[in-house]
Amino acid sequence: MLIQLGIIDYCLLIVYFVFVLGIGFVVRKGVNGTKDFFESGRALPAWICALGFLGANLGAQEVMGMAASGAKYGIMTSHFYWLGAVPAMVFVAVFMMPFYYGSKARSVPEYLKLRFDEKTRGFNAVAFACMTVMSSGISMYALATLLHAILGWNLHLCIVASGVVVLVYIFMGGLRSAIYNEVLQFFLIVFGFLPLVLLGLKQVGGWHGVTSRLAVVAARSGMPEGAWSHTWKFTGSAASNPMGIEWFGLAMGLGFVLSFGYWCTDFLVIQRAMAAKDMGAARRTPIIAAFPKMLFPVLVILPGMLAIAMHVGGDAHFSLPSKGDSLNYDMVVPAMLAHYFPTGLLGLGLTALIASFMSGMAGNVTAFNTVWTYDIYQSYIRKNASDAHYLAVGRAATIAGIGASVACAYSAAKFNNIMDVLQLVFAFVNAPLFATFLLGMFWRRTTGHGAFFGLLAGTAAAAVHHGLSFPKGAGAGIKGGWLSMSQQYPSEMAQNFWTAIWAFSACFVVTVGVSLATRQRKSEPELAGLVYSLTPRPKEEDVAWYKRPAILGVGMLALALVLNIIFW
Amino acid sequence: MNLDVRLPIGLMFSVFGVLLAVFGLVSDPQIYAEHSLGINVNLDWGIVLLLFGATMLALALRARHARAKQPPNHG
Repeated sequence: MLIQLGIIDYCLLIVYFVFVLGIGFVVRKGVNGTKDFFESGRALPAWICALGFLGANLGAQEVMGMAASGAKYGIMTSHFYWLGAVPAMVFVAVFMMPFYYGSKARSVPEYLKLRFDEKTRGFNAVAFACMTVMSSGISMYALATLLHAILGWNLHLCIVASGVVVLVYIFMGGLRSAIYNEVLQFFLIVFGFLPLVLLGLKQVGGWHGVTSRLAVVAARSGMPEGAWSHTWKFTGSAASNPMGIEWFGLAMGLGFVLSFGYWCTDFLVIQRAMAAKDMGAARRTPIIAAFPKMLFPVLVILPGMLAIAMHVGGDAHFSLPSKGDSLNYDMVVPAMLAHYFPTGLLGLGLTALIASFMSGMAGNVTAFNTVWTYDIYQSYIRKNASDAHYLAVGRAATIAGIGASVACAYSAAKFNNIMDVLQLVFAFVNAPLFATFLLGMFWRRTTGHGAFFGLLAGTAAAAVHHGLSFPKGAGAGIKGGWLSMSQQYPSEMAQNFWTAIWAFSACFVVTVGVSLATRQRKSEPELAGLVYSLTPRPKEEDVAWYKRPAILGVGMLALALVLNIIFW
Repeated sequence: MNLDVRLPIGLMFSVFGVLLAVFGLVSDPQIYAEHSLGINVNLDWGIVLLLFGATMLALALRARHARAKQPPNHG
């Protein structure tokens, strides 16, 4: 599938690059120290942080992956939004942001240092730094292979060019430049993909046309008729829905552990909220972001559903490319772009796709340079240097981070499995983290030893569970079962959810146990501002009701509930 | 340094809108029959982008105007 681009398409692409680099160039003048570079001076309004918060997460894995899941699992994929993201975003805004923004912490690992101890911070900082480099490497590699496959562009040129552009605008303007570009990229992604959905819907005859075709998809897989177009109806048993998960595993694994673990503890997104100009704006950031987030399934999941509906319906002259004996779901978005977009709009769609890769990559790089500089370099390598020195280190870390990402991209190209293995290891590290934060923020008795050994136990539990279980149809190896093939799950997703549940539970139990057995070394004044019961509530009397996080948060939850009911 | 992010966004989308709409006017209608169900999506979507870009620009200019009127109260 090779697409031919016209001059107009290249024009759009060039205009985009000019603006992206231009923003970095203009913002550069405002960077006078580390606070500007890593924290954007803590001066941004809530709506900008909110769109940056979304944009950093709207990487390619999200756009292409969600469309692929939309085709594979149907509307159940929306659980990532309506069950997972929205409640977690409201929770982080209402309950956790006061500790992140209100404490002296400049990063999530630094919060762990203030609340617990050095080893817990070190563990988290190193794991997180590796993970960001890996993810941006994966982004880069995925972008390059995609552009190579659909446009025939040179792979090396794509990897280096995408790296250099992101490098330049972050190097110049730091976090503010990254966030401004994320806002721009956010709008570009919305306007670039929306016509795809509109044309697809028009072709199949609206939502009704989608569901009637999806009934055929479901029938072919031996599932109940509405399995692709209902979110909850068929979750009574794992065998009757395409995701292969029952409601409990879904609610606990995805809705609770994985979503809260990501949205509440991942510095990549938290960093955007921490760049806000005041506490109120920081707390409103995730809540404002929750609203567009709720509508995203239309933009990122529906194209996948449309693609599979038309592929099976056979009446729209659209077919998905295949890979081996199954369909190549990762090609949903490019295939739809090629099918529906004439030259002109095609350039816009392609620019949007590239923008999503770049915003995901930039999110990782800015989180990396901050954690590296504050939590690794300043903590372990050189403690009392000047601000200018740390600014230079941050800029050097930006170059090094991108360099390491490029190396990761090439290692992914060379070794088939290395990316999977590493991603798995970090999934193990991340899964239990939410238990640590939950206990740390809401139970003042939690000790540093408790947190550290709880995290280790959670990581071990995740690894053991993964080693004992496997998804249907897979052999022992990277997909699991490397200890023994004891527990079979209907899908990889079901296995992931249960791995997360085990990791969280093990971390929770061990943290509580070890905390009770060890002495709390932190005094109450030290814990003020870090633990719920020892922190004064933010004053809200003089804040207008529509700006209060709790009220806004309840509103968002109600809307998410309505969506769950409509598409039950 | 006071870059209003709505300014570059407004500018970029206005440029995109104009490019697409003009291209839509001069391009061969055959490409729309082939791809986009016969709809001239370049023209239509170009106008949408232009409207969005212009709105962003208007908001940015209004904010700048308001700032210029009021004496700065912080920093």
